Amino acid sequence: MDIVTLSRLQFAMTAGFHFIFVPLTLGLSLLVAWMETLYVRTGDELYLRMTKFWGKLFLINFVIGVVTGITLEFQFGMNWAEYSKYVGDIFGVPLAIEATVAFFLESVFIGVWIFGWDRVSKKVHCLSIWIVAIAGSLSALWILIANGWMQHPVGYVIRNGRAEMVDFWAVLTNSYGWLKFGHTVVAGYVVGAFFVLGISAYHILRKQHVAFFKRSFKMAAPFALASAVLVVVIGDFHGAEAGRVQPAKLAAMEALWDTQKAVPFYMILIPDTKNERNAVEALGIPKMVSFLAYKDWDAEVKGLKEFPKKDRPPVMEVFVSFRTMVGLGFLFIGLSLVAWYLARKDRLESYPLFLRVMLYSIPLPYIAAQLGWIVAEMGRQPWIVYGVMRTSDGVSKNLEPSQVIASLIGFGILYSFLGILDIYLLAKFARKGPEETGTVY
Amino acid sequence: MEFQIIWFVLWGILWAAYFMTDGFDLGVGILYNLLGKDDNEKRAIIHSIGPVWDGNEVWLITAGGATFAAFPRTYALMFSYLYTALLLLLFALIIRGVSFEFRGKVDNADWKASWDKAIGVTGFLLALLFGVAFGNIFKGLPMDAAGYHGTFFSLLNPYGLLTGALFLLLFAMHGALYCSVKTTGDLCSRAEALAGKLWAPLLVVAVAFLVYSKIDTTLLDNYFSMPALLVIPLVAVGSLLAVKLFMVKKAWYKAFAASCATVLFITFTGVAGLFPNLIPSSLDPVWSLTIYNSSSSQYTLKIMTVVAFIFVPIVIAYKIWVYRIFRARVTEDDVLKKSEAY
Repeated sequence: MDIVTLSRLQFAMTAGFHFIFVPLTLGLSLLVAWMETLYVRTGDELYLRMTKFWGKLFLINFVIGVVTGITLEFQFGMNWAEYSKYVGDIFGVPLAIEATVAFFLESVFIGVWIFGWDRVSKKVHCLSIWIVAIAGSLSALWILIANGWMQHPVGYVIRNGRAEMVDFWAVLTNSYGWLKFGHTVVAGYVVGAFFVLGISAYHILRKQHVAFFKRSFKMAAPFALASAVLVVVIGDFHGAEAGRVQPAKLAAMEALWDTQKAVPFYMILIPDTKNERNAVEALGIPKMVSFLAYKDWDAEVKGLKEFPKKDRPPVMEVFVSFRTMVGLGFLFIGLSLVAWYLARKDRLESYPLFLRVMLYSIPLPYIAAQLGWIVAEMGRQPWIVYGVMRTSDGVSKNLEPSQVIASLIGFGILYSFLGILDIYLLAKFARKGPEETGTVY
Repeated sequence: MEFQIIWFVLWGILWAAYFMTDGFDLGVGILYNLLGKDDNEKRAIIHSIGPVWDGNEVWLITAGGATFAAFPRTYALMFSYLYTALLLLLFALIIRGVSFEFRGKVDNADWKASWDKAIGVTGFLLALLFGVAFGNIFKGLPMDAAGYHGTFFSLLNPYGLLTGALFLLLFAMHGALYCSVKTTGDLCSRAEALAGKLWAPLLVVAVAFLVYSKIDTTLLDNYFSMPALLVIPLVAVGSLLAVKLFMVKKAWYKAFAASCATVLFITFTGVAGLFPNLIPSSLDPVWSLTIYNSSSSQYTLKIMTVVAFIFVPIVIAYKIWVYRIFRARVTEDDVLKKSEAY
């Protein structure tokens, strides 16, 4: 394999692995902050125990998210030196701002939260988890502004043999980045909410710590519902934006080969990429794709054949990932609607099958989040910066394949080990349940 | 002043801040198995750096991000040329981070012993690797228009290794002094004794580093052409001597403060010696990466300057606040009371 493929594989692996931990951090930090706020407001010990139990799971996950994030910052220079040289004038800025403005806040205040139970007042302690939660989202914002620029480059000129920033405001307000931010962060909330729902369901099923976990479930359910709806709504806008600025991506997402007006949405569709057509198209909803992409039933949508083959993303991967993600997105709305209804009516224990479904649904939002990134990043191919620089031009020139193979294997081993540890520890503490009394540590 | 110069100074400050703060975390890690004789002492050591190590490490991320934003060409070439060294650095950073969090999560002696080893080894490796990397930057990398002509093993040259040894001893002493002001009882006395023992070897290596720098590198040239700069290495040497003085007087807080100054000014000595290079070429100065031929546009540098001037002071302010909250020494009682399990 060549350096480009190996480096892409390594980036996909390390970024994908990092993004197992980030969404739970985003979602769970907010829930834990809300639990602690309720404790501070009401003085109810149950909320304190909830804060500590879910907080412990949060921290196990959090630390891996932090350490695997460092890899990404290093990797742009290590494997993508030509890219970094060419766009560093713009792309480096949000990354540097992220570290200064958001990551410091998050990392400093997590220390206060973990070790500060008896060092700061209740209110300051609670404030510190809010800061962690908000800084986490702020961090995501800067990273996604950087990614948004790769997807839809704005505010730059090509000068001195590189892309130079001329309009910071345009980079900052790039709607692609903001939509991606909304979609990604809310997807993290779905992950966090389903995590709490699933683990709570497990304990309610086994009739242990029932009051504790019913309260947790009841808190997470409306959060899950609101997030699941929002992720689809923002995703719809985001998809439309992608269609507007990256028509080849949209065509791949929908497996649309020929440019058409009033494009129907086929519920069942099997692309035949070799012959540049679809092998099966059935159960069509008339004009739906046109409407979703342009909010106009008769709009023309560009097909893949509009683009030379060398400018098309891999159709099958993008199409399947997109379909599956969307399907899961609607499933989350359904599940969280039932969860919310049953929790509200206090009838959870009467539906053990549903509780079991919720338990086994824990991995689903993670999968949806990963698929979303596959759509975003593979859908952008063959570009590393859409329309500006090809991925194959961005790779470091001085690397030997053997170096990247070695690092790929190294990451594979280390990350598998971390993944196993994470699952082991999360399962151990999730099963164990909360401490009986909320002793102040 | 030119933005390139502002960013060169900020670049130096970010690295210095990183080495001063995470330097003691790493030093504590290096000495962790020597200092902590039983589980409670080990937990006390982890508790002493627990609230702050994560925030300290962000200086590294910021230094990396600032290099990317302000000097993208240097960022790109430095990181791709030093690929294997940085990979090891990353692996060590990753393992070290999870070690603190995971060590106490399972009540099993083998589990804990494995993480104990990880904390010691990663602390050692990181200090050494940072030293070797900076030694080679001080000395210059063999690079020209065709790229980099070295390998990972060519980084392990005598000067690189000597700088590695300098960082190791410096961080170890710095960590021992941190421990001496953050712990109590036997652990504290052991840290004090160890800091005392590390001082003389550190002085020897520091002198050797200066002599070797004069012989083998152009690092000290700036000081001869601009003698006013000599105040930087003089403060570094003065601080190192002050460390000894305060240790003899058993003024441990002052000794630690002097040690902070030592780390800061040793870093400044190296960085000021590089100016206007960020990475000199050891083949021909024509190929050196300077603040002028590798910087971002004036526009980008201006924006980054505004961001840095607003937010870095804010960061420093809340970091000081957090250090104040956790200023008390960690006692055995603290550790036993906390089922939060570190």
